[in-house]
Amino acid sequence: MLRFLLNDTVVTEADVAADTTVLDYLRENQQLCGTKEGCASGDCGACTAVVASVHDGHLQYRSINTCITLLGSLHGQQLITVEYLQEGTALHPVQQAMVDFHGSQCGFCTPGFVMSMFAMTLNPRPEGVALKTHAEHYLGGNLCRCTGYRPIIDAAMHVLQSDESVAGKFDALSHDTAVTLAAIQPVTESNGFYRPRNIEALCELRARYPHAAIVAGGTDLSLEMTQRLKQYDQVICVQQLDELDYLTSDDKHFYIGPACSIADLLHGLQPLGTDLQNLLFRFGATQVRNQATVGGSIANASPIGDLAPVFIAMDATLVLQSVEGKRSMPMEDFFVDYRQTQLRDNEIVREVILPRPEAAQSADSQLKVYKVSKRIDDDISTVCAAFCVKRHGDVIESLCTGFGGMAAVPKRAKALERAVIGKVIDEALFKEVATALTEDFQPISDARASAEYRQQLVVNLFRRMCIETSSESVMIRVSEHV
Amino acid sequence: MSSGKEAVTSSEYEAHDSAVAHVTGAALYVDDDHTFGQCLSVAIGGSQIAHGHIKSIDLSRVRLADGVVDVITHEDIPGHKDIGPVFPGDLLLSDGLVEFVGQPIFAVLANTHAQARRAVTLADIQYTEETPVLDLRQAMEQRYYVRPPHTMKRGDSASVFASIDSKHGKSGATLKQVRGEVVVGGQEHFYLEGQVAMARLDEDGGFVVKSSNQHPSEAQKLVAEVMAVPLSKVVVETRRMGGGFGGKESQANACCCLAALFARRNRVSVVCRLSRRDDMIMTGKRHNFINRYRAAFDSNGVINAVDYHLAAQCGLSPDLSDAIVDRAMFHSDNAYFLPHVTIEGVRCKTHTVSNTAFRGFGGPQGMMAMETVIDEIAFAVQKDPLDVRKANFYNTTDRNITPYHQTLNTFNLPALVEQLEVASDYRSRRVAINSFNQSNPVLKKGIALTPVKFGISFTATHLNQAGAMLHLYTDGSMLLNHGGTEMGQGLFTKVAQIVSTVLGVGVERIRVTSTRTDKVPNTSATAASSGTDLNGMAALQAAVTLKSRLIDFIVESQQCDASTVAFTTTGATIDGRPVMSWAELATAAWQARISLSANGFYSTPDIYYDRERAAGRPFLYYATGAAVSEVIIDTLTGESRVLRTDILHDVGHSINASIDRGQIEGGFVQGMGWLTTEELKWDNLGRLLTDGPATYKIPAIADAPDTFNVSLWSKDCIDESAVLGSKAVGEPPLMLAISVWSAIRDAITAAGNGRRFPQLNAPATPEEVLRCVTEVMA
Repeated sequence: MLRFLLNDTVVTEADVAADTTVLDYLRENQQLCGTKEGCASGDCGACTAVVASVHDGHLQYRSINTCITLLGSLHGQQLITVEYLQEGTALHPVQQAMVDFHGSQCGFCTPGFVMSMFAMTLNPRPEGVALKTHAEHYLGGNLCRCTGYRPIIDAAMHVLQSDESVAGKFDALSHDTAVTLAAIQPVTESNGFYRPRNIEALCELRARYPHAAIVAGGTDLSLEMTQRLKQYDQVICVQQLDELDYLTSDDKHFYIGPACSIADLLHGLQPLGTDLQNLLFRFGATQVRNQATVGGSIANASPIGDLAPVFIAMDATLVLQSVEGKRSMPMEDFFVDYRQTQLRDNEIVREVILPRPEAAQSADSQLKVYKVSKRIDDDISTVCAAFCVKRHGDVIESLCTGFGGMAAVPKRAKALERAVIGKVIDEALFKEVATALTEDFQPISDARASAEYRQQLVVNLFRRMCIETSSESVMIRVSEHV
Repeated sequence: MSSGKEAVTSSEYEAHDSAVAHVTGAALYVDDDHTFGQCLSVAIGGSQIAHGHIKSIDLSRVRLADGVVDVITHEDIPGHKDIGPVFPGDLLLSDGLVEFVGQPIFAVLANTHAQARRAVTLADIQYTEETPVLDLRQAMEQRYYVRPPHTMKRGDSASVFASIDSKHGKSGATLKQVRGEVVVGGQEHFYLEGQVAMARLDEDGGFVVKSSNQHPSEAQKLVAEVMAVPLSKVVVETRRMGGGFGGKESQANACCCLAALFARRNRVSVVCRLSRRDDMIMTGKRHNFINRYRAAFDSNGVINAVDYHLAAQCGLSPDLSDAIVDRAMFHSDNAYFLPHVTIEGVRCKTHTVSNTAFRGFGGPQGMMAMETVIDEIAFAVQKDPLDVRKANFYNTTDRNITPYHQTLNTFNLPALVEQLEVASDYRSRRVAINSFNQSNPVLKKGIALTPVKFGISFTATHLNQAGAMLHLYTDGSMLLNHGGTEMGQGLFTKVAQIVSTVLGVGVERIRVTSTRTDKVPNTSATAASSGTDLNGMAALQAAVTLKSRLIDFIVESQQCDASTVAFTTTGATIDGRPVMSWAELATAAWQARISLSANGFYSTPDIYYDRERAAGRPFLYYATGAAVSEVIIDTLTGESRVLRTDILHDVGHSINASIDRGQIEGGFVQGMGWLTTEELKWDNLGRLLTDGPATYKIPAIADAPDTFNVSLWSKDCIDESAVLGSKAVGEPPLMLAISVWSAIRDAITAAGNGRRFPQLNAPATPEEVLRCVTEVMA
C-alpha cells in the first residue's frame, strides 16, 4: 500500500505498477495536467514538481523531475504540483512575478519554471553565492525555447530580492503537513515496489530478487523505462534508507553512503575546494542533483559520469556488501567494461571512502577537475578530467588521474602518469603527454564529439592543470569569467 | 537603455492573454484536454534503414501486443496517401519505398501511449537496401535535387570575375577578391510541446480535430483528402501550441491525419502524440546549407560583385524547400548593395528526414553567407568589420536595388547602426578587448556588430491574406476570432489590443477564442512573421465595420452628428458625455436589429513577384535591427560564452513592447543556440545521433548573455509598415545572433594573432572553435 500526500490530500494506491512514473500518474490517474511532459528523460524540467519530506521534524522541499521519478518513492512524502500554489484566485508570488515580468510565452515550460522557482524560495541561499548564480542553479534544469530567459531571470531576482514572505500558506501549513506525513506508516512493499528499512533487509531482497531493479533517485534507471520501454515488475528502492544516506568524515577520510544525493554531496565535500564544487554544480541540474545518488552514479558505471573520474583520481576505496559480507577494492578496479562492474548479482554498493588529500600519501597535492561539454550547464561531459597533482616548482612530483568520456569505463591514464612524474613542465612534456595518451585511450566519436577532439582536449586539460597549479594565477576558464 | 527590470502593467506592456493560465497550469494543451473523453493512443513505426524497399512486413506480433486495438499501413488509407503541402513527396505511410530512417511505415492504436510504443518495437520488417545519399556535399556534387535550381541575377558579375581572372580591364587590375565556403548547420525546433493531435468523429461522419498546429486550414484540407470527405466535414481547432517556430507548419499534419483515420476505423476518440525521440527523428528541421561565395571588392572593402552558390539539404522530399531556398537567396544580400550579383540556389535531395520551415525560413542561412563574405573582406583589407559593413550598406538613392530588383524606398539601418555603435561603446570596447587579448594566454575575446534586414511578406503572394470575425454580445462583451494561431508569440494579445484600440475598449472586454476552421476559413499558416500584420489588419477591418454600424445606430437613435460620437472603456459618448454603457448600447442595437457580428478581411496590397524573371516586389517592407555581441573563448577547449549583447531593433510603433521585446530576446537566444551549441549529427547509416535533449543542447538559462541590453528603435518610418504602424517581429531577431558567431570568429582571429582568417563553420561548438583555433595558431 503506497500512501503519500498529493498537495493537500492523502492518497492511497494499492494497484499502481511498480514502474509507474510520477508524471504519468499525475496526468493519467489524477488528471492533473498542469505538469507537462517535455522530454520524459529528465533533461527539460517541464515536468518539475516539488517534494516535501520530514527531516528532524521539519519539512524540506526539493524540486524533482516527475518524468523520471517512480511513484513508489513518494511514500510518506508530500508531492506539490503547480495546481496547488495559488490560494483562491491569489497567485503565489513566484507565479505573480512570472506574469508581471512576462516570463511565459508559449507557456508549456512555465509550470516547471514556477515549481523550480517555488523550490528556490523554500531553500536558503548558500553563503557567498550571488543572487543570479543562485537563481541559475535552481533554474538551470528548466529549458525554455521562447523567452531567451531574461524575463525569467528578472522574475526570479524579483522574488529573491522581495522583502515579503513568499512562503504563504506553506509556512502556515508546514506543521500540519509534517504531522500528517509522520503519521504515514512505513511500508516495505507495495505491488512489487520494495522499500527495505535497513541494510540487512536490503541485502536479503537483493539475494532473493537478483534481477529486480535497484533504484535510488531513479534518474538513470527511469530512462530504461521511458526511453527504452523496459518494464520492471520488481523494484527495490533505497532512497530514504537512512542507514545508507550519510556523508561523514574524520581527519583522514570522507565516508559516503550510496544513498547520499549529489545535492548533499555538494554540500558535504565543500572542504575539497571550489574546483570540485564547480564540477558538482554542473552535475545534471538541481532536479537531478536532488534525486541522483553517489551509489547510483557508481553502480551504473556510465563512462561519462562525473563522480567516478574524481573518485579514481583521489584513490577512493569502494565497499560492496551482500548477505555474505563486505569486500573492498580501489575504485578504479570496480569498472570492468562498458557498463560492466565487479558488482555481483547479490551485492550492493555499500560505501565510498575518500581520502582527504591533505592526509593522503602525497600531502600538499592539489585536486584539479575539469568538465568540458557542449553546453556549460545541464550537459553530459564530452570529457571529464580529474588530476590529483603535487608539484615541486616546475617538476611534477606525483600525479593520479581519472577520466570520463575517454573509454568504455571511467579510467586512469597510467601511461600519462608514468610519462610525466618526475619531469619538468615544458613544451616538450606536452608532446610526450600527447604520445602517452594514445596508449591510455582510444576514444570514440559520438553525438558529443569526435575522437580527435577528445584526445586533443586531454592534452590541453593537462596543460591547463599545469598553468593553474603554477605559482602565478591567471584566470583561464570561460565558465568563471565575469 | 531600458533594463526591463521594472514590472509594468499599462496597456503597452499588456501581459500575454494566457499568462495567468500558464503559471497556474490551467492552460490546456492538446494532450491535457479531456473534452473528447477517454482517448486511445497512437504510436508510429518507422523505417530502420535510410533507403530501400520493404521486402516483407510482418505485424502479427504488433497486433497481439498488450492493449493493441488497431494497426494500419499504407493500404488502409481511404483517400489521398500523400500529404505534401506544396509538392507531392510526403507519404503519410510508406508505400514500399523508404527514404529515411524513421519514415513512417505503419501506425498502432492502443489503450495507452506506452502500450502503443511498446507494440511498435515488435514489428518484423525486411528491406531490400539501396545505397543512400546521406551527405549534402555528395548530393550537391551529384546534382541530386528535389526541385530544380533557381537563379537570381542583377548586373554582370560574370564579366567582373572574368576580368579579374584574366587581369585585364579596369576592374581586373584594381579589385581584390575572396572566395570560400561556409557550412551552416541545421536546427531542431525543440518546441517544448511535441507534435500532438486529437480526433473524434462527428455525428455526420465528419471529424473534429484538435491540433498543435500553425496551419489549421492545411490540416483540415489534408484530413479531408486522406479521409475522402469534403472539407466542410472537417473542423480543425488550435487553441495554443507549446511552441511552433515553423516546426508545426507542415509537420503537424501527419498526427492529425492518423488520429482521424483511427477515429473513424474504431469509432473512438484518438490522440496521436509523438514521444520526444520520435518527434526528433520523424519530423523535419531547419535546412543545413553549404554556401559557396566569391566576392570582388576595392581596397576600401566596397563590394563590386558577388557570386553565390547556396546549397540546401532538403531531405527526401520538397516539403516547403523551394520557398525556403528562395528566401535564403532573397537574404544573401542582407543589408548590403551588391552592384553585380548572381545567386544560384540548389535544393539537394538526401535520404534523410525532409527539412522544413524554421523561424527565418532560409533567410538566416542566406544571411550567413553574406556576413561571412563581409568578415573575410574586412580581414583582407585589414579594416574593422563594422567599417566594411557600413561602407557596403544600401542607401535610398543610387545603391538601392536588391538582387531581385526590388527598390528600397526607405532604409534606416545606417542610422540605427550608428546609434547602436555609440550606445554600446563599440569602439572603446574594441580597444579594451585588444588589450585583454594581449594579456591573457588562454582566453580571447571578440566583438561583432551585425545588422539584419528581413523581408516581410510570404513570397508566394497569394498567401498574404487573412480573415477575422468580431461579435458583440448584448451584455457588452466581445468575442474575437481570426485565422492566426497562438504559439506563444502573443498574437492573440496583440490582435485583441488592435481591436481595443479601434473600439476604445479595454482588452479585458475582448475574449479571443481558439483558431477554428469553421469560424474563419481558408487561412494561411501563421508563419513568415506575418501573424499580426495579416490577422491584425483583418481584425481591424472587422472592428472598423462594427464601429461604423454602432456609430450609425447612435447617430440615428440619438439624433447627433457622427463626429461627436466616441467609444470608451465603459461605453459610448456624445461630445465626451457618456450616453450608454456597452451593455446598453449592445442591447439597444440588438433590439434595433443591427448586426453585431462583423467579418474582416485583408490582403496585402502592392506586392508581386515574377519568379521566372526573379524580379518584382516580393516584400511589403523590411524589418531591421542590429546587435553587438562580445564573447570570450577558451583556446584550450574551444568553449565560449557571450558576455554582453546590445540590440537595437525596429518594430515600428510597438503594439505591445513587452511582447515584442520577448520576441527579440527569445529569437536572439534561439539563433545563438543554432550557431553555437545546437549540433545535429547522424551516423553513417543515416540514423540521428542527437535524438534527445541529452545530446541536442538548446541554450539553458546561464547561456543567455550576462549583460543583455535590448532597445526598440524609436524613429519610425510609417510609410512602410503594417497594422497601426507596427512591424513584424517574429523571425528577424533570430538573425541578430549572427553577431555572436561573428564575434567568436573575431576572438579566434585574435588567438592566431590576426595572421589567418578562421574558416569557422556553424554551429561554433567547442570542437569547431578548437579546430579553428588550432588551424590559425599553426
